[in-house]
Amino acid sequence: MIRVENIKKKLGSEDILKGISTVFEKGKTNLIIGQSGSGKTVLLKCLIGLFEPEEGRVYFEDRAIQDMNEDEHRTLREEIGMLFQGGALFDSMNIEENVMFPLRMFTKQKKSEMLGRVNEVLKRVNLENINKKYPAEISGGMQKRVSIARAIVNNPKYLFCDEPNSGLDPKTAIVIDNLIQEITHEYNITTVVVSHDMNSVMEIGEKIVFLKNGLLVWQGTNNEIFKTDNIDVTSFVYSSDLFKKIRDIQIKEQ
Amino acid sequence: MKYLEDIGSYFLMIKKVFSSPTKTSVLKELIFKEIDDLIIGSLGIVAFISFFVGGVVAIQTALNIDNPLIPEYLVGFATRQSIILEFAPTFISIIMAGKVGSFITSSIGSMRVTEQIDALEVMGINSLNYLIFPKIIALLFYPFVIAFAMFLGILGGWVAGVYGGFSTSDAFIQGLQKDFIPFHIIYAFIKTFVFAFILATVPSWQGYYMKGGALEVGKASTNSFVWTSVLIILSNYIITQLLLS
Repeated sequence: MIRVENIKKKLGSEDILKGISTVFEKGKTNLIIGQSGSGKTVLLKCLIGLFEPEEGRVYFEDRAIQDMNEDEHRTLREEIGMLFQGGALFDSMNIEENVMFPLRMFTKQKKSEMLGRVNEVLKRVNLENINKKYPAEISGGMQKRVSIARAIVNNPKYLFCDEPNSGLDPKTAIVIDNLIQEITHEYNITTVVVSHDMNSVMEIGEKIVFLKNGLLVWQGTNNEIFKTDNIDVTSFVYSSDLFKKIRDIQIKEQ
Repeated sequence: MKYLEDIGSYFLMIKKVFSSPTKTSVLKELIFKEIDDLIIGSLGIVAFISFFVGGVVAIQTALNIDNPLIPEYLVGFATRQSIILEFAPTFISIIMAGKVGSFITSSIGSMRVTEQIDALEVMGINSLNYLIFPKIIALLFYPFVIAFAMFLGILGGWVAGVYGGFSTSDAFIQGLQKDFIPFHIIYAFIKTFVFAFILATVPSWQGYYMKGGALEVGKASTNSFVWTSVLIILSNYIITQLLLS
């Protein structure tokens, strides 16, 4: 479980986050959604420690990140897996080396043990026989899956995903969404996903946090989001014709 | 004000490069890779340029001697002095600022743009140590490149001088040995170590702290070459003033 209390963050002179408090629950896929520029990625970067908020606190279970010394910080980061928007695989390493990287850095396992674990997680994300390929030689969807494999190889307690569907076709995007949710349940980890994709909201949004202009304006589940009267949420959810039509059909049926 | 900020951030970067070291077994591999990329990979261009510039120095010296009172060994003498004192350490370092410096900036800059550096940081790895420390260690071997350039520059001078009919082999070799001051070699290698540190760190700083996309990576590479060259020339002046005057 991750708890954030009154997080405020500025970039330059601009207030990006204006006091956000919420809880990201364990064993669930928690989604941060909102329009571009609403502060989703900045909030995520505050959670993983890439940005230091001006005010507020972030608790991992009962450990406040602001109170941690350097060693505790390092230990926490070893418990974190991260899926970046572009995958962020290391170009100079092949797939096997990419996935093995956290194990090489943080464990004292023998190479054969590490290789076994790498093959296990690659199999888990439905990728086999690509160990010796380089990131540039595989598709965007496969890169995302390799990135998920790298994020979970060291059994993280927390998984963060920054727009995991960006640049993917709808079918592959659903595969990635489902994979994230399955892994969250299987390993009972706290997963936080930044997204502006309504399909992801419908598929995997077990808890949804909606941001607008740096403020948390609504939170709930994927079932609740379609019933809320909050004008900011409805204008975001029903911004596409498809969802408008679905809503109209539902109204007619009622 | 911006320059002061940049200087401050450069020195803070240097401090962080030497803190929170990466796991030794991983670091060892990274160092060997950097030696291959930065040192071994540069030998070809260094050999080519050194040999031919050495030849040009010998020919130009010979062609500018029209007084019969000037001894013939001056061709070898002038070639040796030019190559050892300036051409090999300084001129080759400027070329390396273009070759190695741009490579370092663009590779680190691309990692910044594609969030690979963020990935390292999120994993709890000191990305500055991971990326830059192996480059600094690899460039400790840079004096071997310069020694290689000195040898080939003088060899090029001898080949051009003797086979071009500008000097006899005996006279050229006599010139090479004439009034040799061993401290000049020490001076050249002291310069080389300073240039090696500049070559490893300035392009790294440019790449690590760049912001933006692919276009900015290109701009950072150009800035890297300019600033590395400026710092090499300035430090060359300071070291020469301190050690030779």
